[in-house]
Amino acid sequence: MRRIAGNRAARRVASTLGTLFGVAVFVFVMLRAIPGNQITAGLGTEAAALTPAQKQALEQYYGLDQPLVTQFFAWLGNMFTGNFGYSARSQQSVLDLTLHALPVTFELAVFSIVLALLIGVPLGMLSASRANAPRDAFGQVVSLAGLSIPAFLLATTLLSIFAASFGFNPNGQGFATLIENPLLNLQQMFLPALVLGFGIAAPILRTTRTAVLEVRSHDFVRTARAKGVPERRLQVRHVLGNALVPIVTMTGLQFGYLLGGAVVVEQVFSVPGIGRQVLLGIQQKEYAVVQSTVLVIALAFVVVNLLTDALYRIIDPRVRAS
Amino acid sequence: MTALLRRSPAGVAGVVILVLLAAVAALSYAGLLPYDPIAQHPPSRFRGPSGEHLFGTDQFGRDVFSRVAAGVGNSAFVAVVAVAFATVVGTLGGLVSGFYRGVADGAIGGVTNVLFAFPPLLLALSLASVLDRNRFTIAVAIAIVYVPIFIRVTRGPVLSLREIEYVKAAVSTGLSRWQIMLRHVLPNITSIVVVQVALSLSWAVLTEASLSFLGLGTPPPAPSLGSMIFEARSLVFIAPWTLLAPGAVVVLLVVGLNLLGDGLRDTLDPRNRGKR
Repeated sequence: MRRIAGNRAARRVASTLGTLFGVAVFVFVMLRAIPGNQITAGLGTEAAALTPAQKQALEQYYGLDQPLVTQFFAWLGNMFTGNFGYSARSQQSVLDLTLHALPVTFELAVFSIVLALLIGVPLGMLSASRANAPRDAFGQVVSLAGLSIPAFLLATTLLSIFAASFGFNPNGQGFATLIENPLLNLQQMFLPALVLGFGIAAPILRTTRTAVLEVRSHDFVRTARAKGVPERRLQVRHVLGNALVPIVTMTGLQFGYLLGGAVVVEQVFSVPGIGRQVLLGIQQKEYAVVQSTVLVIALAFVVVNLLTDALYRIIDPRVRAS
Repeated sequence: MTALLRRSPAGVAGVVILVLLAAVAALSYAGLLPYDPIAQHPPSRFRGPSGEHLFGTDQFGRDVFSRVAAGVGNSAFVAVVAVAFATVVGTLGGLVSGFYRGVADGAIGGVTNVLFAFPPLLLALSLASVLDRNRFTIAVAIAIVYVPIFIRVTRGPVLSLREIEYVKAAVSTGLSRWQIMLRHVLPNITSIVVVQVALSLSWAVLTEASLSFLGLGTPPPAPSLGSMIFEARSLVFIAPWTLLAPGAVVVLLVVGLNLLGDGLRDTLDPRNRGKR
């Protein structure tokens, strides 16, 4: 029994490693498809003025004269040793940039998920408490809005309204990390997290509604009620407790949306996270930055998916046993 | 359609919204817009909504209604091409993967896993950044994101269908695998594919709009809802209609597609029959 579980875990890890290798190949090939290279990126139009000897020297320096396969493994080997490349513009190492940006996006993600759960779960339970009643329609409208209003539109609108009408624009000044200035940081994170949280509240709301309706139809709920379990405790302990598995799964699945949406929201609110780093890299044609950052994001996403899977096994004893 | 009408009034509302927007978009394709969407006319800039300019004019004196109409046309074009591409490639991939199994399944599964390892918008963004951007390449960038979704939703049902007696009977009559797949398996997964198409269209519209908002969509001056909203950011208080018009239209378009998708799911998915 344990051995089978061990084998399964080993297979899962092996297939994840295979996938990550594929991701690395994909990112490498994708960015090699663009015209231009580190030389043109660093020198711009001046690259045309290089003599053939200078060009050759630079190609040798960057390893561009090596076969593609060699270049790929050199890049991958560098990534393993923490050498993510350098940003030609800011002269900073991409590892440094990433180490500063990653915690910011992580904080934004956690904050967004908390807000999403605070909006989605109670509204989903409210919707389910009387299916097809006006309160259910309200929940459905909120979830439709969450699914249909693009993050960039909501972000732009909120930013304009808050900045102009209430003079509230904490993002207008330099970004403060949670450690430097917690109060300012939380103010700066609030609107971005609200925008992302509203977007993922919708699927969470829908999942909560469906799961609660499903659980409530089981006999054990009727038994508990007959036994005299107080209504509130019944709804929270018995119904919500059993509806938790699909809710957690759905929340985990939203990480992809969150990391993508972070690009948009971080851009609008000038939050220096990992999404903004990718976008700046793309805009400034800093492909070393884009290549390594995209790989880091994919890695983070794969790890989160593995963790969701593990969490799902922990909270659902049935999955653990099977 | 009658089933949709009977079972899902919301789905019908979605259809109505989409027909209205399609009519507006058709104006741009038929050349019937009141003004040229990219012609600048500085003397009449920042005009509010009026009979002359339904949604007002922007900072270059361009007619916002004409630009929104053309933008809907562009967004719809990109979304439809992207989803059509993803549907064909993804469904074929799912069919081959589930029906042939073995090496083909392993290879397709590997590619699917790699594409799923990227957050969707980030993948579209990276692809759009390396392509020579026009409406087709943007559509392809978005399509690549949705191919694995179609593979995954079709593969499972195909796996179980191939074990069903009538498929085995078809095998014993000597039909080729492709004949069986296209004639006996494909028709049984169409409802799954149709629902996925409607839902994917709404995501594709959102993705296209997000890309053009970030400056990685159809290049200017071609009007696009996302880039109109980007340009309107700094104009909200001088000319709110420049933000409201494209914003309302993009939301309406996505709402219409979502309502239609949910309606189709309630109508076509046998698991939902008799519910609600």
